[in-house]
Amino acid sequence: MQLTGNQRLERREPQRGVSPEVEEGQRSTALPPGTRAPYFKLHTTPDQAVALDDFKGKRLIVAFYPADWSPVCGDELAIFNEVLPEFRKHNAEIVGISVDGVWCHIAYAKYNKLHFSLLSDFEPKGEVARTYGVYRKKDGFSERALFLIDEQGTIRWSYVSPIGVNPGADGVLDALEDLENEKSQKGAAA
Amino acid sequence: MDVGPRDHVQGPADAPVTLLEYGDYQCPFCGAAHPIVKALQRQLRESLRFAFRHFPLTTIHEYAEGAAEAAESVGAQGKFWEMRDTLFQNQPALDYGSLLGYAEELELDLERFATELDNHVYAPRVREDFISGVRRGVNGTPTFFINGVRHEGAFDFETMLDAIQIRMTNLAA
Repeated sequence: MQLTGNQRLERREPQRGVSPEVEEGQRSTALPPGTRAPYFKLHTTPDQAVALDDFKGKRLIVAFYPADWSPVCGDELAIFNEVLPEFRKHNAEIVGISVDGVWCHIAYAKYNKLHFSLLSDFEPKGEVARTYGVYRKKDGFSERALFLIDEQGTIRWSYVSPIGVNPGADGVLDALEDLENEKSQKGAAA
Repeated sequence: MDVGPRDHVQGPADAPVTLLEYGDYQCPFCGAAHPIVKALQRQLRESLRFAFRHFPLTTIHEYAEGAAEAAESVGAQGKFWEMRDTLFQNQPALDYGSLLGYAEELELDLERFATELDNHVYAPRVREDFISGVRRGVNGTPTFFINGVRHEGAFDFETMLDAIQIRMTNLAA
């Protein structure tokens, strides 16, 4: 018997600022570090919306993923869920964004006991993913992509992982630590 | 974090190959990998050192954290590996009462075990294992490292044995 359960969990090392191919022959258009993070306001429940500026003064990890209920995503979000205390130590919050509707998000978040918000990029479909340059038009869903946005609303790190590959949390933690180091170096130089 | 004195280890310290597993007692894939690890140990004997670290996905596996802490508590009484076998052989029953039952079967100081479990004495230790995994890119269970290099393939016996033997051959070369 071939046990292949781990294969779907395979991942490659995140590389800073490198974006793999989106579609054959096309470079990813994911917004690079240094870019102002595009504004968004999306529903997380039918009567509750979450906007980028709700996180002013904090760092924000934006995790685009293709869809609720696909097993690889579950693992990715489950890991982020477990690592939340470490993210918060770095003054960072996280949101997940996919094209699923709010009812789907509610069921999925409840099932996985997620302690962060899932935002619905539903209408117009994938609009926020497009503005971040991570929408797969051919497939109708987004890349599995991570953005780290700093307290001032600037993208400081981004990473697009191949579809079907769980990026894990160490890339984000490294990026958060880099921000911390940069800040303390600046402080020392001042 | 390299395998060292803090780890639960089977096999000689100077074995040419160290196999490190990050696992979750409630994860069915880890349960399936358990007899495979045992078979590798039987096959490779003194050539293999095996270490196990906890990687409980606590929000999707409600009993995984308790089971990991229980394994540590039993480990403090010298029977970590016996408890590990018991937990993997009884994956459907990892609730508090069952854990107490397993500790009793292993003839441990039950009062100490229950107190340590109630006070989550080993929660920081389990978390340390977990974070050490996250920082090495562990993103699911089981994840194996062979001499510090992540094993990317399937984890059936043949694939694992091949991967380990390739590492041994490289060492010899």
